[in-house]
Amino acid sequence: MNGPDSSLFDVEEMEVNFGPQHPATHGVLRVQVKLDGEKILDAKPIIGYLHRGTEKLFETMEFPQCIPHTDRMDYIAAATNNQGFCVTMEKLLGITIPPRAAYLRMILAELQRIASHLVWFGTHAIDIGAITPFFYNFRDRDEILDLFEAYCGARLTLNTMKIGGVPFELPEGWVDRCRALVDDFPRRIDEYETLLTDNRIWKQRTVGIGVVSPEDAVEWGLTGPPLRGSGIRWDIRRVFPYDRYDEVDFEVPIGANGDTYDRYLVRVEEMRQSLRIVRQCLDALPEGPIMARAPKVLRAKEGMVYGSVESPKGELGYFIVTTEKATTPYRCRVRPPSFVNLQALPEMVKGHLVADLVAVIGTLDIVLGEIDR
Amino acid sequence: MTDETPKPPDDRAPDEPAAEGADRPADGKPKPTDEEKAARIAAAKAKAAAKKAAAEAPAEPKPAWEEKPVPPERADAADDPDVVALADGVAGSVLGAERFAGDVTVTVPAGAIAEICRFLKVERGFSFLVDLTAVDWPDREGGRFDVVYWMHRFDDQRRLRLRAVVAEGDAVDSVSGIWKTANWMEREVYDLFGVTFAGHPGLERILTWEGFHGHPLRKDFPVEGIDTGAAIYPDVYPPGGGPVAESEGEGEDQE
Repeated sequence: MNGPDSSLFDVEEMEVNFGPQHPATHGVLRVQVKLDGEKILDAKPIIGYLHRGTEKLFETMEFPQCIPHTDRMDYIAAATNNQGFCVTMEKLLGITIPPRAAYLRMILAELQRIASHLVWFGTHAIDIGAITPFFYNFRDRDEILDLFEAYCGARLTLNTMKIGGVPFELPEGWVDRCRALVDDFPRRIDEYETLLTDNRIWKQRTVGIGVVSPEDAVEWGLTGPPLRGSGIRWDIRRVFPYDRYDEVDFEVPIGANGDTYDRYLVRVEEMRQSLRIVRQCLDALPEGPIMARAPKVLRAKEGMVYGSVESPKGELGYFIVTTEKATTPYRCRVRPPSFVNLQALPEMVKGHLVADLVAVIGTLDIVLGEIDR
Repeated sequence: MTDETPKPPDDRAPDEPAAEGADRPADGKPKPTDEEKAARIAAAKAKAAAKKAAAEAPAEPKPAWEEKPVPPERADAADDPDVVALADGVAGSVLGAERFAGDVTVTVPAGAIAEICRFLKVERGFSFLVDLTAVDWPDREGGRFDVVYWMHRFDDQRRLRLRAVVAEGDAVDSVSGIWKTANWMEREVYDLFGVTFAGHPGLERILTWEGFHGHPLRKDFPVEGIDTGAAIYPDVYPPGGGPVAESEGEGEDQE
């Protein structure tokens, strides 16, 4: 309750804590909401409940030892986190990775993008009240995780890339399994779409909710689907191609209105494009080594380097500062896309109802492990 | 991993050791023929491979991933069009510019950071602030922290990084009025490094909690962390001490 003259029967403004232990906040996010009845006057996200000091830990570890820790930031898209770190380190050390390694990385990263978008799809829908998609999504995500397991033994925290390439050769039959899944997947995405895309309730809950104009999206530093949903065709894979993304063909989908429904359409289309990339990579998978000729002990020169990849959430960047002949980063800053995207939450929910807050948190697709690091 | 570089049986091997093997037994000890043969074959193979590689090297350069990695060099970037424009647009703004690994870093005076950023955004089209962070150099003279900004321009997809040197206790002008996204980034730098930003709309801690003492990403902050008591009541508890460390005695307080 707020204000000196507010009494039990004369409440105009109410402050409510949403989270940190709330299933719809996707982790330990707390939002302090100022309400007038059902209407949101202001929202203040409070973060840090999952702060583990990862950036501090990086400073104590040798470069390859950092990679497992990147898994634990965006823990539902570990492969792209590994990729970001490795790409940045390769930029710093001047390593060119063999084409086969690059293609394997792209396959893993795109499968990871689909897996991550499936988690988003299921949880976003369940937040809004559609329970069924969740079961479909998690059934199919499990098959992707099975592929990861067959490749590297882990399902969630993959640690599946190395500075200079990838650690493992594909197991026997993996390509066929992957191809079978990729060939079957468009049908499944159609299946999800029949549940939601033209669903009247879904549209009522998402169209016109959390609108972000293109100017605001840039101003807030949004990246990934929230930026593209606002109509800006911008994707790190296209703008600063890393690995071998310049050799594959894919579209960058954009939305028109910048609302929750558009971001939904963008992510669904991204899944299809990811499938397209995986299929091309499987077809063109080159033979050859999977590791570049990199020294056993990696020593960096003095300098600061920034490298970024398009993670499922947006631009995931690593800023690494090193001293001469260092084997550990002097400073490693992670630019977490969720952290930056979440900042726009108050603007997006002002004037909406409490139930829309849940929809907007879902549409931002945040992972608290990455926000708090 | 083993099937990554399969060594196909080399058919040149059997005849090469005969030519070379003649002088080898002289300095080698007499050995069982099988072992010797295997060693000779291996040596010949290696030699043949080396010869082959040497012969092929000039004709066909080795792919980059088989070469020793060549780390990027630092180069002067004073001729970069954005750096030139910045030097012209804001007097005294460029203290140094270098290019490393494809990124241009401009060292700028911390006092003029807001003016420089506004110029870059308005005049040079850097409408997108990618990130803002800090680096701690505790023993450096002339300022302990580097506050680092990097920004992006959509027209031609170019990036520029600024580095401002800030002494401990000095405040930097906030750029959250220029790019809204700087708000939380500056809060994070304040929280983890203790750099204050003048004119920030709500400079609070963001990742650690309200009432925490210390700035975890400073180099003098212990990696293993500090005890909760010392973090909240630095005057009462010594570093490493606090109510959690002495949890055995907690029962007495409640009596």
